[in-house]
Amino acid sequence: MSVQIEVQLIAVVIAAACAIPGVFLVLRRMAMMSDAISHTVLFGIVIGFFITQDLGSPWLFVGAVLTGVLTVSLVELLNRTQLVKQDAAIGLVFPVLFSLAVILISTFAGNIHLDTDAVIMGELAYAPFDRVVWFGVDMGPRALVVGIALVLLNLAFVTLLYKELKLATFDAGLAAAAGFVPGLLHYALMGLVSVTAVGAFDAVGSILVVALMIAPPSAAYLLTDRLPRMIGLSVLIGAGSGIAGYWLARWLDVSIAGSMATMSGVFFALVLLFAPERGLVAQARRRRTLAHARVQT
Amino acid sequence: MIPRDVPAIDVTHVTVAYREKPVLWNVDFTVPAGVLLAIVGPNGAGKTTLIKAILGLVRPAAGQVLLYGKPYREQRRLVAYVPQRGSVDWDFPTNALDVVMMGALWGIGLVSPAWSRERDMALEALDKVKMTDFAERQISQLSGGQQQRVFLARALVQDAEIYVMDEPFQGVDATTERAIITLLRELRAQGKTVVVVHHDLSTVPAYFDWVTLLNVERIAHGPVADVFTEQHLRRTYGGNIALLTQPFHAEERSQPYV
Amino acid sequence: MFDLIHTLLSSYTIRTVALGAAVLGVLSGTLGCYAVLRRQALLGDALSHAALPGIALAFLFTGLRELSVLLLGATVAGWAAALVMMLVVNHTRLKEDTVLGMVLSVFFGFGLVLLSFAQKQPTAAQAGLDAFLFGQAASIVERDVLTMAVIAAVALGLMVLFWKEWKLLSFDPQYGNTLGLPMRWLDIGLTSLIVVAIAIGLQMVGVVLMSAMLVAPAVAARQWTDRLGLMVVLAGGFGALSGVIGAVISSLARGLSTGPVIVLTVSLFVVASLVFAPNRGLLWKWWRHQRNRERLQGAVQRGELVLGVPALDETGS
Repeated sequence: MSVQIEVQLIAVVIAAACAIPGVFLVLRRMAMMSDAISHTVLFGIVIGFFITQDLGSPWLFVGAVLTGVLTVSLVELLNRTQLVKQDAAIGLVFPVLFSLAVILISTFAGNIHLDTDAVIMGELAYAPFDRVVWFGVDMGPRALVVGIALVLLNLAFVTLLYKELKLATFDAGLAAAAGFVPGLLHYALMGLVSVTAVGAFDAVGSILVVALMIAPPSAAYLLTDRLPRMIGLSVLIGAGSGIAGYWLARWLDVSIAGSMATMSGVFFALVLLFAPERGLVAQARRRRTLAHARVQT
Repeated sequence: MIPRDVPAIDVTHVTVAYREKPVLWNVDFTVPAGVLLAIVGPNGAGKTTLIKAILGLVRPAAGQVLLYGKPYREQRRLVAYVPQRGSVDWDFPTNALDVVMMGALWGIGLVSPAWSRERDMALEALDKVKMTDFAERQISQLSGGQQQRVFLARALVQDAEIYVMDEPFQGVDATTERAIITLLRELRAQGKTVVVVHHDLSTVPAYFDWVTLLNVERIAHGPVADVFTEQHLRRTYGGNIALLTQPFHAEERSQPYV
Repeated sequence: MFDLIHTLLSSYTIRTVALGAAVLGVLSGTLGCYAVLRRQALLGDALSHAALPGIALAFLFTGLRELSVLLLGATVAGWAAALVMMLVVNHTRLKEDTVLGMVLSVFFGFGLVLLSFAQKQPTAAQAGLDAFLFGQAASIVERDVLTMAVIAAVALGLMVLFWKEWKLLSFDPQYGNTLGLPMRWLDIGLTSLIVVAIAIGLQMVGVVLMSAMLVAPAVAARQWTDRLGLMVVLAGGFGALSGVIGAVISSLARGLSTGPVIVLTVSLFVVASLVFAPNRGLLWKWWRHQRNRERLQGAVQRGELVLGVPALDETGS
């Protein structure tokens, strides 16, 4: 497989992995929580690195997921005092953890390589050169293997807990009455977001993970009212952003991850304008016909 | 100054649509000055949208609203609005007096009436709704009814000709309900016009002179005695009417349908 | 001790950085009050990320790294982002936080594209991403502080001028509309000031931490008072104080970057306020709860109160 195709495959797989939990973030109004988590997992990675002294260690994953859950818990703790509103609580928590991470890196990890640029921007172009070899067999680029695992994990989560997720998203009260634990589901979803964020880091970097989690589902939300279709469309739009972003980046010789995020924004803008029922053009047209119909009655 | 020969509110062919479905369709009615009008209808009937159209807060797709013969833009000073209590964050760091003083906020920047005059007007309005003792109280520490009275006082400060209120009786205590009723009658005695979105059918005949029955379209409009009939109510509320008329019969009001 | 203070005050760099941090603290603290009260605490986060393409473009076009040029770029981009957000929130069913997250990340991604393009140019004197992300407090010179102070003074002047209008905008914008006040323009004006404050803050604390500079002082101040006026003053004070303390601490130890230390300082103010503030604070609440329980139990034991009959509250709704 050529490097070129591998990079595109990685882009598509990562975008799909991000879009699946993204749908629920958009519907549950937790988009900014994913932004917070994508910042704070840096703290978990740093702590994990201090313990293992190995950037490739799976414990970094564990650390990052735990920090994601820690972020959510701290926000809820603040929120529960009733002194701080949810949005302000998010705005308080993630800078603290991020600051701690930056200070830890700059004071203790000065001479080892933990490149903050790479964490934030990702290095998709180099991803194919980091390969997974099992028992002497080349299984493909690490980012691709991780991405496929993420897609499978997210798909499994959504399929197995589909009814619960759906109910808890649309009617948390009813879900609680029906015996589900919405809190637990919430934390599970946030854990999933953390895992996905960390897994996607290498390829696209932390902030652009947010773009891939939010923009495609937002576009899909303007196109359909049905949840399964929304998930499908999100994955498609995400994958499209991945491929279009890759070619844009190649053409201009610029950051691939940045182009992917840009293209996801472009796709959203197109949907915003031209969506058949909810698009701005359709809205304007409907206003006009309505005014017209009124005049004639 | 205020023309007496034109209706206070003149709604012609108003149609409003948020998305696919129209929320208001071809709504038509006029309200003479000095009338207490209730707007009544089921959930989703477009009651709040109708008053927002009167206040120029939503732009109708078609039709127009005239206040004393002119569009809202030119008659702003004549209108005071009492929003739903739930529309603001009561944890905002301010006290009751301060909220009432917002009603005296005309013009922009430093060009507004002198502070002391604003303050006197606000205190006077608070006195009218029996809230003088709570003037310096942080607004989150007021009960629901007291918060509603603060909103009423704020509208009073505006000294308007037309008062538009969105569900002022929603979730208030008996004291506040009585205070609002007294206030409404005082306003009517002064020749003011009051439009109230109302949800309690059983009190319509006792509290109001005129009523608008609304369900996307205007079902009926006029003096309560003429239009507040079971037949009209049935058309407004559809199948749910059995449920809704029960309070009338159960309570045996002295003047049903009057 | 005296020696330490003497060294600090006589060091040009520390003095400049501390002064700059103080100016930023006052500005972001006061403006942050409105953002927090309007439940737009994360607006700062979104707008600061969204400033990246503006900075990259300003640099691409002028090739200059002047603070004022980059400020202009950041302001224009932040503004564009704010307008896009208003458009999408007003015309779609997407919720505000979704739109914030999307604009933040897409603008930032576009900024990375421009930045990677700029870095290929022969003229590129490395407009580093790091500086943008984490701030470069040490590079601040006296002229920068002067620029910041002038902008801050203008902003504070506007806040005094539009005091009542912006209070109404934060409390009940729809009512303001019915009064005939141009609420949309007041909103745009206030948001513009926040954009400018962010642009100033980028050099000091960087993108990621700028949001804390807006949110934290306001949240801390809110706990001590129920009046907006005092809250704004306190928030400005907390912001300035943590700016100075953070700048001094970071100058004492090698390798401590200024931005994160300032943010941790201001966050300590928040924690202390949440716990110790009279009336609203957690300690106070806990004590009140205990006292009530003791009283109630005492009353029950003395037979003055029989449990099981709910008390009627005339005023409660």
